[in-house]
Amino acid sequence: MPSRIQSALDSAGVQASRIEWLWWLMFWVCTAVFVAVVVALGMAVWRGRSADPERPSEATLMRGVAMATAATIVILIGLLVASVATGRAIGSPPQADPLTVQITGYQWWWSVEYVYPQPNLRFTTANELHLPVGRPILFKLRGADVIHSFWVPNLHGKTDLIPGRENTTWLQIDKPGIYRGQCAEFCGAQHAHMALVVVAESSDDFERWVVAQREPAPAPTTPAQSRGLNVIERGPCALCHTIRGTTAGARTAPDLTHFASRSTIAAGTLPNTPGYLAGWISDPQHVKPGSRMPPTGLSGEDLQAVLAYMETLK
Amino acid sequence: MRIAGAVLLSMFVSGCEREARRYQELPVGATRAEGVRQTMLQPGEPQEMPRVLSPYQENAWGMAEGKRLFTVFNCVGCHANGGGGIGPALSDDKWIYGAAPQQIYSTIVEGRANGMPSFGGRVPDQQVWQLVAYIQSLSGLVPKDAAPSRNDDMSVNKPELRVERLTPKQTGHR
Repeated sequence: MPSRIQSALDSAGVQASRIEWLWWLMFWVCTAVFVAVVVALGMAVWRGRSADPERPSEATLMRGVAMATAATIVILIGLLVASVATGRAIGSPPQADPLTVQITGYQWWWSVEYVYPQPNLRFTTANELHLPVGRPILFKLRGADVIHSFWVPNLHGKTDLIPGRENTTWLQIDKPGIYRGQCAEFCGAQHAHMALVVVAESSDDFERWVVAQREPAPAPTTPAQSRGLNVIERGPCALCHTIRGTTAGARTAPDLTHFASRSTIAAGTLPNTPGYLAGWISDPQHVKPGSRMPPTGLSGEDLQAVLAYMETLK
Repeated sequence: MRIAGAVLLSMFVSGCEREARRYQELPVGATRAEGVRQTMLQPGEPQEMPRVLSPYQENAWGMAEGKRLFTVFNCVGCHANGGGGIGPALSDDKWIYGAAPQQIYSTIVEGRANGMPSFGGRVPDQQVWQLVAYIQSLSGLVPKDAAPSRNDDMSVNKPELRVERLTPKQTGHR
């Protein structure tokens, strides 16, 4: 679960802090303009069209209008310059040695692949990213079905995931923490339940996590766990899900190899606890109507076995 | 001696199960065996099969899901996009194992000799029926207002709703 409020005004990264600075600049400038306009309007109303014989001349009035117009132009150009400068600063490509992460948006979850030049070092997970603090991270973004948008407000602005093309964005995180992101482009019935969790941690913790993620799933040790794996491999689960190290190898649904190490299920919809997981597996359509996962119709014993096995997927 | 005789007798009695003649196994009024027919070749006058429709026969969402599953469950691996390849074409009017929804259902669930794998226990019922409705749409056997209208990507095929309705012919395997 996130440790910080999901907000662009609680920035934790290089890009996000610039966006936050721009946001506050616009906020205070607009507030000042608003106050000035309201005060001027109030004064005009209060004074009224009095019968004062010494009304200011036409030239004086024109000077006032010209000054207000000039001030408006200067302020707008100033904001434009600030906006372009911010865009340039956050849009420039990463320096040397970026970590490359490929994110693919599906209805309604995120597939996350960590891309390394050596193919055997690559690995895939879903709906939860771990990222190192203080290192540039390059994101390659794709949509699998419809347009989605990748947005972790504490870290960066939005970038769309579009079917048939690859968008890139990059960011760098300053502060360790757990941040919540979500799809920011309406993408269908469960758009609201398409969240992701970003765990920002030190380089050492991140490398440890990477090494653990590259491992295949551990072999089952108890009879219940063996039965659970059997149900997964021979039942409906394996038709869509991957668990590396087993015969389940389909790529239509989230990779479950290290499922128990993730904090949420169903793309940030529910906390990852055995109770919620049992409810989810029995009837996903009750939790997330429209989700691509069908009711599996497992018997009680099979369900318990599957739960016992999935707890081992650390 | 007497005990041995009793044992021998009990063995004969238990062996009588083999000789039992159950002249009336089913209660009166039980239905005649009438499963899903693979063929319309029948003794005597051909009888119609009871018509079972896919719940998604007239449902656009269900057929769209069927279309998606047709790819992700790798039906396309053998049947291509309906035109056939390793497996027979599904967009023509020839049906080896029957064009009725319950026949397509059992072809998917049971599998068929000559290469069609059995997906029973793998694909949940709901998704089988979605596939059934989509497969029917490939040869125009569903209402046009519900059939999928266009592909998300480039395709050489006509969209399913523009497919002319073909009258199914039972061909059997060559």
